[in-house]
Amino acid sequence: MSQKSSYEHISVDLKVDNRKPRMVPYKFEYNPHKKGGWWVPLLSIFVALIICAVFILLNGMNPITIYTKMFQGAFGSSFGISETIVKAIPLLLCGLGVAIAYRIAIWNIGAEGQFLLGAIGATAVTIFLPDLPGALYIPLMLIMGIAAGAIWGLFTALPRTYFQVNELITSLMLNYVALLLLNYLVYEAWRDPAGFNFPGTPEFTPYQMLANIGGTRLHIGLVFALFAVAVLAFMLTKTRWGYELKLLGANSIAAKNAGIKMNKHILIVMMISGGLAGFAGAIEVSGVAGRLMYGISPGYGYTAIIVAWLAKLNPWAMIMTSLFIGGLIVGGYSVQSMGLPLSFSSMLQGAILFCLISGEMISGYRLKKIN
Amino acid sequence: MNKPSIVIEMKDIVKKFGDVIANDHVNFQVEKGEIHALLGENGAGKSTIMSMLSGIYRPDSGSILINGRHVMIRSPKESMALGVGMVHQNFRLVDTLTAIENIILGETNDKWRGTSWRKKKQKEIEEIAEKYGLNFPLSVPIWQLSVGEQQRVEIVKTLYRGADIIIFDEPTSVLTPGEVEQLFLTMQELRRNGKTMIITTHKLKEVMEIADRISVMRKGKMIAQMLKEETTIQELANLMVGQEMAEGILIQPVEIGAPIIEVKNLVVRTDQGIHAINGIDFAIHEHEIVGIAGVAGNGQKELAEALTGLIPWKSGEIIFNHKKLVNPSVSELIDKGIAHIPENRMKSGLAGNLGVVENLLMKSYRKEHRAKFGLLNKKANTEWARNLIQQFDVRTPDLLSPVGQLSGGNQQKLLFAREIDLKPKLMIAVHPTQGLDVGATRSVHEMLVHLRETGSGVLLISEDLDEVMHLSDRILVLYNGKINGNLKRGQAEKEMIGQLMAGVTNQKGAFDESKVVI
Amino acid sequence: MDMVQLILAAAISGGTSLLFAVLGGILNEKAGVINLGTEGIMLIGAVISAIFYLQTENLFVTFLVMLVASGLLGLLHAFLCITIRANQIVSGLAVTLFGTGLSAYLGKSVAGVPIPVSIPKIELSLLDSIPFLSIFSELDIFIWMSIALSIILYLYMYKTSWGLHLKAVGDNPSTSDAMGISVTAFRYFHVVVGAMLMGVAGFYLIMVYSPNWIEGMTSGRGWIAIALIIFARWNPIYALFGAYFFGGLDSLGFRMQIYNFDIPSYFLKMIPYLATILVLMFSGWKNRHKPSIEPKSLGNPYFREQRF
Repeated sequence: MSQKSSYEHISVDLKVDNRKPRMVPYKFEYNPHKKGGWWVPLLSIFVALIICAVFILLNGMNPITIYTKMFQGAFGSSFGISETIVKAIPLLLCGLGVAIAYRIAIWNIGAEGQFLLGAIGATAVTIFLPDLPGALYIPLMLIMGIAAGAIWGLFTALPRTYFQVNELITSLMLNYVALLLLNYLVYEAWRDPAGFNFPGTPEFTPYQMLANIGGTRLHIGLVFALFAVAVLAFMLTKTRWGYELKLLGANSIAAKNAGIKMNKHILIVMMISGGLAGFAGAIEVSGVAGRLMYGISPGYGYTAIIVAWLAKLNPWAMIMTSLFIGGLIVGGYSVQSMGLPLSFSSMLQGAILFCLISGEMISGYRLKKIN
Repeated sequence: MNKPSIVIEMKDIVKKFGDVIANDHVNFQVEKGEIHALLGENGAGKSTIMSMLSGIYRPDSGSILINGRHVMIRSPKESMALGVGMVHQNFRLVDTLTAIENIILGETNDKWRGTSWRKKKQKEIEEIAEKYGLNFPLSVPIWQLSVGEQQRVEIVKTLYRGADIIIFDEPTSVLTPGEVEQLFLTMQELRRNGKTMIITTHKLKEVMEIADRISVMRKGKMIAQMLKEETTIQELANLMVGQEMAEGILIQPVEIGAPIIEVKNLVVRTDQGIHAINGIDFAIHEHEIVGIAGVAGNGQKELAEALTGLIPWKSGEIIFNHKKLVNPSVSELIDKGIAHIPENRMKSGLAGNLGVVENLLMKSYRKEHRAKFGLLNKKANTEWARNLIQQFDVRTPDLLSPVGQLSGGNQQKLLFAREIDLKPKLMIAVHPTQGLDVGATRSVHEMLVHLRETGSGVLLISEDLDEVMHLSDRILVLYNGKINGNLKRGQAEKEMIGQLMAGVTNQKGAFDESKVVI
Repeated sequence: MDMVQLILAAAISGGTSLLFAVLGGILNEKAGVINLGTEGIMLIGAVISAIFYLQTENLFVTFLVMLVASGLLGLLHAFLCITIRANQIVSGLAVTLFGTGLSAYLGKSVAGVPIPVSIPKIELSLLDSIPFLSIFSELDIFIWMSIALSIILYLYMYKTSWGLHLKAVGDNPSTSDAMGISVTAFRYFHVVVGAMLMGVAGFYLIMVYSPNWIEGMTSGRGWIAIALIIFARWNPIYALFGAYFFGGLDSLGFRMQIYNFDIPSYFLKMIPYLATILVLMFSGWKNRHKPSIEPKSLGNPYFREQRF
């Protein structure tokens, strides 16, 4: 043994001997306190567009034409703009929901299921209480939607707090369960008998629909969503509860030492998180779809994750990012006729998320001169 | 071997971390076959320069010669190949692997590892261990070994890799006095076998006991180098800390008051169901500092956690301020007046990304004057924080910059500011001076003594036996979850505490032979 | 064949895809990297297999191209987590979102087209006459490959020098680095190879289990595989049984429909998802007093000079 290592000793010694000490005058230094900036999301969107341009080229199309068309489709006409906003409303609410969970490092990726439960809960009011006074419908539907979403969120939180089950897996599994429940309802239990096999419930009555804004498809749900932003932003920055969440997110062990109970907050936050997604679901059925139906969500719950990260989990910034992603979806519809599948926009979203998280980290590096 | 030759020469070494200069043009030489002590207080740059020798850091400038040749050490592996091994202060061992696995870790020959291979390696390692009298269990995961045993694994690891030069980084800081003696015997045995050793430390007595030659560092600079015979403890102390006072602060005798907390037959279990605290009784009075001495892992952590409400206890009673505590929550105990300086301030005391105000608010944000109707009183809180950091002399660029960027001393002062502002009846301080320089250590000691003078009780848990002996009015020795000695100030001698820490006792029944580590 | 044998056979064929994904996940996590991109990588593996097999009709070429494609996605995840040191959870989610979108984009042309493939089977006519073991008499080569892989990975992890280094890198990267093990190379290698196995999971799914491409056809199997890693306690042999257990559950719904149970199929299809949650709750409860055996540095990026 000792013989062998002394042999190694010599060999390395000789190798090292010839080399002069290397002196590169610069090096990269990482400082976590310097990372991020307002330009990171913008730059990452730009880079993601370039990456996806490659795939468009592979498909034999001109990316500039496609992107122009998408932009025009989303923001080029008043119809496009109102459609974009209609898509942005559920994204904004779901985004708020997941963001508040991410702030305390609870990885809720179950907004999709919570959204569906919200839609189901709101519709249940119309199915089980057909003879309610008209004015009661909307409040009751919205409350039921929020409650159903919150309970679905709680199903994710309880295994985590009592059995240390990773909430990522639970919340995702519950998405599939919610989807199957939805399909059962729209294909079997609640299907409209007069619907010619259409997988959906009977259409809602006008009393069960949210008021429209100015004759467009835009509805009053927009006001609710903006209101939710303001309330959440206020709660997070000005209140004792917001401070507790901030502490839990920054250092959960220190927070525990300060007497803050993590488990209690997980339960509360997951209920709020699920409640917001459920609210979005209730608004979607009563504001846009007018009934519960197959495919009520084109993946809002998943897309909301990107909305939240692009906004760096800031409620106000999420107004912008939800509009942007909403535009992306609407723009995606408008280039469908050119032969680009709808999934293109979800691919673009994934690419944006990639660029965003790498950009966040890279921006923490500074080139420093040695000496 | 007659003529001493220089095996390590470090010339003009500079190393910066950000804007902090850790090593400022340091020159350092070691002769063959000697035990060389590198003396300096925490933060003097000893560990940094040794880390460059072992390939963990690279110097920004300067050169290193080993056996007279210029070398460029770019990784620990290259350092090992040059015959340099390091026994780190925080052992470089993988907890979940056994001693054998740790010792051979990184070896790439023998891809397949069946039974015969295992037997062969076991024999090789046993031979080395026996030669130097280093015994430890070979096939048990490291986390089940005592600290002394883990250190022996580290030493065998360097020998197995053929090290001729062994660096010991603060090797005695976690050992009992008995284990220290054992380590020194091993080092002398290694010297007899022609090994060269460097030991970094801030303990003067140990230097005088073991070293042949001594180098002193202060604030990143090399101050002096001399033979042991040429110097005295007093001279070394002055060199090490400069103009600052080397002696500890003065503690006036004070009459103790009424009991603040009484602990009766307390039993605390860990998550795994082990009895970490196994039936202890003690009390802390007003105007009293009670120190807990003991080797890490004998229940200190669980005791602090139980007393601060972080974990429930299984049986027994805690009477605080004449009232019995029943399943208290953390916030309840904070309100009742128990303050807590947790071990590892950045991990469990402060939030590095948040600013000064938010860190100061942690314990008091529930109070009415900090947050009315659940709304934070921003203006008043900022003003309060500004006063507090002035009062405690916390140096920070501004109130918003993340506290993770402050120096260790300032972070600790911030923590103390927060806790003392609660006007605690009882302060539980766990390793309060870990990693602090002399100046900051002194202010921490002053704050603890000030608390004692103003009528609070203090429970001091520390691995630094000198600190515990200096500050405490009473010392409880914790061994295996039990109190294995209760000594008043002046009664306690270091050797005696060392024996009690190792489990030696006169009382019947508490003696566990298998656990004695000497 | 009687009922029990039928269920066993179904469990094996349903579980094999899961098994590949779980083994891939174990390699990732043992090296200290969480890979939540499993679902996305499986989808890419499946769609690439469908496209290339329909083009070339060559199983071997298809397999190689699929390995490259899923390996590239793994490389992307590795780059983000190891070199850039981004949040591993978000990076994994991004891989899944991107993979889901990209697979749908690429698969547009082959959606619903049946794949005329026959996977070679290994016939062990000896076993035919032995009751119970007869289900093993006619399994396709990929099933045998997956079983062999579990055993190989087990030996690799516990009986070789690389296995020891892998454990060290996942538990304590800084010590491993100090011992001369390249943490970066180790993590890259295992993340990429792990991703390739997830690709194989997608390959098996589309070539054997349900041979035509449907958008999102993995329907959560990638996530179940992630849950199975925990359930299998990072052990490839336990993974084998875990995967078959879930494979059995997956086909149970199928069977019960055939036997005309009066439960809507939607609820039967919920079984694997609900079972995943219940199983994790059970193992969380059962192991509540045991020290965690999850790799100690799972999810943490490694910085060498971690001092500022």
